[in-house]
Amino acid sequence: MYPDYLAGLLKEVDRTRPKRLELAKSGNPVYPPMNAEERKDVLSKYHPDYSKGALQKIRVGPNKGQELTTEITELLEAHSMVEPRLMDIHLREPDYETDLLIIGGGGAGCWAAITAMQNGVNSMLVTKLRLGDSNSMMSEGGMQAAVAPQDSPTRHYLDALGGGHFENNPELVRILTQDGPEVVKELERLGVIWDKMPDGSMQVLHGGGTSRKRMVSCRDYIGAIITRTLMDEVHNHPDKIQVREFEPAVELVLDDKGRCAGAILYSLDSEQFLTVKAKATIITTGGFGRLHIRGFATTNHYGATGDGLVMAYRAGAKLAFMDSVQYHPTGAVFPEQIAGFLITEKIRGAGGQPLNKHGELFVFPREPRDIESAAIIRECSTERNNGIETYAGRTGVWLDSPLIDMIHGEGYTKHQFPGMCRQFNRFGIDITKQPMLIYPSLHYQNGGVEINGRCETNIPGLFVAGEASGGVHGRNRLMGNSVLDYNVFGRRAGRYASEYAKTVTVGKLSLEHVTKHVKELKKEGIETDLVSPMILPSYTPEDVKTQQLARLGSAPARHSMLRSRISPGDKKAAE
Amino acid sequence: MSRKPQTKVAAEKPSKTVKQTPPKARMVTVYIMGKRHVVPEHATIMRAIEYSGQQIIRGAGCREGFCGACGTIYRLPGDYKIHSGLACTTLVQEGMSLTQIPAVPMEKAIYDIEKLSPDVDTIKRLYPVVFRCVACNTCTKSCPQGIQVMDYIQAAKRGDVAAIMDISFDCVGCGLCALRCPAEIVQHKVGVLGRRLYGRYLAKESKELDARIKQVQGGEYDDEYASMMGMDKTSLSKMYYERDIEP
Repeated sequence: MYPDYLAGLLKEVDRTRPKRLELAKSGNPVYPPMNAEERKDVLSKYHPDYSKGALQKIRVGPNKGQELTTEITELLEAHSMVEPRLMDIHLREPDYETDLLIIGGGGAGCWAAITAMQNGVNSMLVTKLRLGDSNSMMSEGGMQAAVAPQDSPTRHYLDALGGGHFENNPELVRILTQDGPEVVKELERLGVIWDKMPDGSMQVLHGGGTSRKRMVSCRDYIGAIITRTLMDEVHNHPDKIQVREFEPAVELVLDDKGRCAGAILYSLDSEQFLTVKAKATIITTGGFGRLHIRGFATTNHYGATGDGLVMAYRAGAKLAFMDSVQYHPTGAVFPEQIAGFLITEKIRGAGGQPLNKHGELFVFPREPRDIESAAIIRECSTERNNGIETYAGRTGVWLDSPLIDMIHGEGYTKHQFPGMCRQFNRFGIDITKQPMLIYPSLHYQNGGVEINGRCETNIPGLFVAGEASGGVHGRNRLMGNSVLDYNVFGRRAGRYASEYAKTVTVGKLSLEHVTKHVKELKKEGIETDLVSPMILPSYTPEDVKTQQLARLGSAPARHSMLRSRISPGDKKAAE
Repeated sequence: MSRKPQTKVAAEKPSKTVKQTPPKARMVTVYIMGKRHVVPEHATIMRAIEYSGQQIIRGAGCREGFCGACGTIYRLPGDYKIHSGLACTTLVQEGMSLTQIPAVPMEKAIYDIEKLSPDVDTIKRLYPVVFRCVACNTCTKSCPQGIQVMDYIQAAKRGDVAAIMDISFDCVGCGLCALRCPAEIVQHKVGVLGRRLYGRYLAKESKELDARIKQVQGGEYDDEYASMMGMDKTSLSKMYYERDIEP
């Protein structure tokens, strides 16, 4: 239920709706899309990547001297959890041995295990929480794939490049867009249920930045349907794919030839380290939303703390585009209990419109995400002051969802957006009758470990796929391209890593790179008590945290979770 | 163990820009695994557990109602019933006594999706336990998603795969249904099987999709890719901003 003080503002939305509906039905753009100049202007003034303190120069490792997102720089300049000296015996006698180690149990990890298995290579999949606990599970709106006759993979290529400001790695974008249709088919073969037209053709919708309707979907549960299907398939091969849950990797292991040869796991149950020796290793750990960059609330999974980046970087892997973060234009603002939660872009794809407190449209609803987010932040800024404020100190704009049924017919919203309807019904808001209140929410890590088309990194034997990799989306990802990304590159990583695993004999295991990292910190005069990877954020109140930290006395922090200095994103996000 | 209502939770901190005077967060008493805690009234069960100082390891995942990691059971004062919900989306209530379910023990059928048929024989073979259903509806009552679980189990008994798919579509796999089922059925696993069978065998195939895959494999777009990959940023940018947009 919206509180009474918003009643007048809700009336404004109702007042302007008939006119906006008429325009939407006319087939013309409801608001003029921005040109290159306008885009540049709104980004540089309002996108959080450009705010003060957003970037910090990194002083150690392969990207030394580059400006990366501040929160990431701090984690990369932190200490390892592992004391190499004490691990010697475990490196000689590893706890587990496998041909292929897959770190991360989301969509890309599951795909990697499945393709490796099809390629005759057994694997071990280790994951922080449960199998499938990942951002993959949470995607709602859809996946881009050029399947419609009026569309083409090359059009998809151009849209993705434009969305990424032409900085994407063209080879990766070509692979992404070219493999799209095949991935749709492969997923269907595994049992994914696509939204289809009565004749069997795929239902396609628009997303931000798409020039053709290209979004294929599974109602608004695409992540859940795809990920549960992949998980089920992984579980169907217990003899070929070993799954270890609640055992996140915290450090990679190299061999004496500098090749990646496995990882050190940290058992969350027994708090011990476990060593895995592997011929090839794939990192599919996803992104870093739970770092709450710039104090933003996030749409991300509990485990999205960028662990893969930290491990890979310490082992010497290069990162790309780590100066850019994606904020989803539409995170929930009201009620407080769901603040930050994702409201799928499919809502705007289906005709939902963002409106200011006067009920006016102020931006083309389907700009690429960074542009749309910056425009919403601008509308709420002190310059325009057109945002709607809530009791909890948040500001947002309306997302007019009742329009959708008026455009597509009654019942459409309920069928296409069951998850969204349920989310808001819990709090007495019927989104088919009332708009939602929204504000950008931290959503995606645009950058990551640099890879090539075979998912290889600059460390032999180390492969990366999905959100942990960088390059394919440039500095901004379009809606539906991440779901495609983890499917396309998860498959490829499994294929190429298993080919590699067949050819290699691992040498002597080493954690020399960790020792080297410590020396480098010392040499640069970096004093920090932070320990990374973070593993999980801590959301206990500050006074409790202080009491928990007290037990460590003056000893270095033993648990990175405890040391997490982040706020839960409850603060009003930086404008 | 109860702490005073405190202002350190940022969510309750009033912002200077808010014109309305925010009401002070009221506190409620809850029992987390039997231990008394005082937590803000507007907290979800998950926030309340974290407010009490615990780091959740088993029992939190997406935190948005999609992953099913945080199945929780609780009782309310003066009510004999055991209620269930997801910790991430269920609000605390005065006197609530709750505990999270760390994992639901499960026997999943192992199968090759390529070798199945979408009918009752498959259900009989893989999940014979389905036929123990006594139609007590406990599964439906325990579903935090409001799914008519019993209805899709009945559909499974009839071999109506399309109905299993449709009714179970929103399942988040928390397993609360299976945990409470007196006939010990693993409903959510039957749901996954039903959905996969539907997607693999019953969904109408897309001719357009097959045609597109053939075009890609036949190299129809190779020249266009090559030409675009050879372009500089200025020409690409021009092409991008001049491209036509489907209404």
